[in-house]
Amino acid sequence: MNRTWLRSLVLASALAVPALTPLPASAGTTLDAIKQRGQLRCGVNTGLLGFSAPDAQGKWAGLDVDFCRAVAAVVLGDANKVQYVPTNAQNRFTTLQSGEVDMLSRNTTWTSSRDATMGSVFAGTLFYDGQGFMVKKASKITKAAQLNGATICVQPGTTTELNLTDYFRSKKMSFKPVVIAELNQIEQAFFSGRCDVYTTDRSGLAASRLKAPNKDDYLILPEAISKEPLGPMIRRGDWDFFNTVRWTLFGLIEAEEYGVTSANVDKLKAESKEPPIQRLVGTSGDVGKGMGFDNDWLVRVIKSVGNYGEIYSRNIGPLGLERDQNALWKDDGLMYAPPIR
Amino acid sequence: MFRSERARNLLYQVLLIAAVVGIGWYLISNTLHNLETRQIKVGFDFLSREAGFEIAEKPIEYGPADSYARALMVGLSNTLVVAALGIVLATLLGTLIGVARLSSNWLLARLASIYVEVMRNVPLLLQLFVWYGLFTELLPSVQEAIKLGDWLFISQRGFRFAWPAEHVAWTAAAWALPVGIALALLWRAWCKRTQAATGRQLPTGFGMVALIAGLPLLAWALLGAPTKMEIPELTGFDYQGGKVLSPEFSALLIGLTTYTAAFIAEVVRAGINSVDRGQGEAAMALGLSPGQRLRLITLPQALRVIIPPMTSQYLNLTKNSSLAVAIGYPDLVAVANTTMNQTGQAIEAIAILMAVYLSISLAISLFMNWYNSRMRLAQR
Repeated sequence: MNRTWLRSLVLASALAVPALTPLPASAGTTLDAIKQRGQLRCGVNTGLLGFSAPDAQGKWAGLDVDFCRAVAAVVLGDANKVQYVPTNAQNRFTTLQSGEVDMLSRNTTWTSSRDATMGSVFAGTLFYDGQGFMVKKASKITKAAQLNGATICVQPGTTTELNLTDYFRSKKMSFKPVVIAELNQIEQAFFSGRCDVYTTDRSGLAASRLKAPNKDDYLILPEAISKEPLGPMIRRGDWDFFNTVRWTLFGLIEAEEYGVTSANVDKLKAESKEPPIQRLVGTSGDVGKGMGFDNDWLVRVIKSVGNYGEIYSRNIGPLGLERDQNALWKDDGLMYAPPIR
Repeated sequence: MFRSERARNLLYQVLLIAAVVGIGWYLISNTLHNLETRQIKVGFDFLSREAGFEIAEKPIEYGPADSYARALMVGLSNTLVVAALGIVLATLLGTLIGVARLSSNWLLARLASIYVEVMRNVPLLLQLFVWYGLFTELLPSVQEAIKLGDWLFISQRGFRFAWPAEHVAWTAAAWALPVGIALALLWRAWCKRTQAATGRQLPTGFGMVALIAGLPLLAWALLGAPTKMEIPELTGFDYQGGKVLSPEFSALLIGLTTYTAAFIAEVVRAGINSVDRGQGEAAMALGLSPGQRLRLITLPQALRVIIPPMTSQYLNLTKNSSLAVAIGYPDLVAVANTTMNQTGQAIEAIAILMAVYLSISLAISLFMNWYNSRMRLAQR
């Protein structure tokens, strides 16, 4: 046979073989992966006090960290089986998209584009916040309207960056951005005076101020220029895990509403005769089983991390922030959970 | 079939191609399938959406209402500015240090050695942090800026200097400069040809200086000779007016330059050492001064050895400029990262980054290879 013809025939068949290979099957669900691994992988911040920060011994603590522990308590039965993956503002979404973490509990703002185009969804709001500005008291600035022409430190790839630009455009003011990804570095740039203003969520401002060499030199301006509902994010298409995370969040809020705390949860489980509390602690009804777990799911959570109020006062209390919007709906706040029944 | 060596070779090649294509196909289809399950759109449509974020340093016009594509262009121009300046400055500094290390002055040689050893062995990222820290922490605040007369203000917000006010004469002079340089090179070629043909020496240097300096000067004078300068003034938060080199840009440029200069110094030293000692001794015997020896005998021969590794160093510098993201300079990688975050299109953004850096690197390699082939000595 003609050599060239034979060669092309063989080449063509070699190229055709991969085209006939079937597409790979999709991976198992996140819940299966977590149970198989025996550990929940949580994407957290690199060091935001009050939300997710390692202490001097390397132990993680914060509001977001406690939420991860709550989810681990539900899925794996042990709140300590969590691996914390620190992410900065720029790589957090790719770690979730790629499967490196099971969920992001990382003071991330809930927006429509993040629900629709990132391949992920928010499971609820853990903390209602707003964007603010922090300045040096010595600059004599008291209102955001005085900030025309200022140099402002902001982290890239955040809603903060976009809101800041929108705010200044709408007020016809201009500013010079200093855009640094790492949290420590941007705090340093602000404290050293490279920028006049630091902008992020007001809880983040309070947390960063604790790291300042002289806390009383800094003032957080009263304006909140945006809504920043912070909540956990999980990958799209995983309904079981979505329900788990969402109802863990609601469970924490319901527990506070009915007065179930880490101190009295055992007693209430043994003795309570009130139907709503009985359903929460699992002595009546089949709430836990309905979700794919046992009826002790919420008891485990409350025993390991406490209810929402306890988590809040333990982590956010030291930042000096009142409950305000984060109080229960009965106390004029926004924390409202659908009934657990 | 398996007896014939040629048939066996053909079989191995076919199997290899099948394996490579198979792996590639698997990776691509797996990625597309995963993107589909997560409902992330594939495609470059996001480039025409409004960017919504501000960029600190803009060589070209840009505002938050412009598209992501425009924002990426700004990032690219920032990268090119830093890379171009870095390459030029690093070459100058590196050559000086390389030659200094070969000097017969003991102190100079030792100082150059220390410089090379220190700068080569400390990671570039750490060096950038040090420079950035120096500029932001040690320099005074804007209110207490160091003033040099009326035309230079040094503070932690950068180096702000007075600049000629907008005028058509200055623009014309700026355009006249490359024209002057081109004409000067033509003049030099003409002088060399005349000298080779007739032995007559024309005033080469004088002519070159006249063209490079004189042409812009002429353009400026003819169009009005304006002398008005834009003086920076402290209003509100910061100085307005004049031009500024931000601490981010300065730290990146100085860090890249000093780091790459250490490597270039070693390349230059190796090149000079590669020239036969006999050449130097012959030059001395002919009565050439050390400067003439270096310029006419050593360097042309050394350049053959220097240019290929130098190309690598230029490419390294260009790629190292992506570390700008750590100190807040808005280069291409920083802008692409922000875009990736705001739109969720990680794969497209990384593909753009890879394509751009590949193009820049290929362009630099192409130019250096052309220069190399020009420098090649005729084979003996």
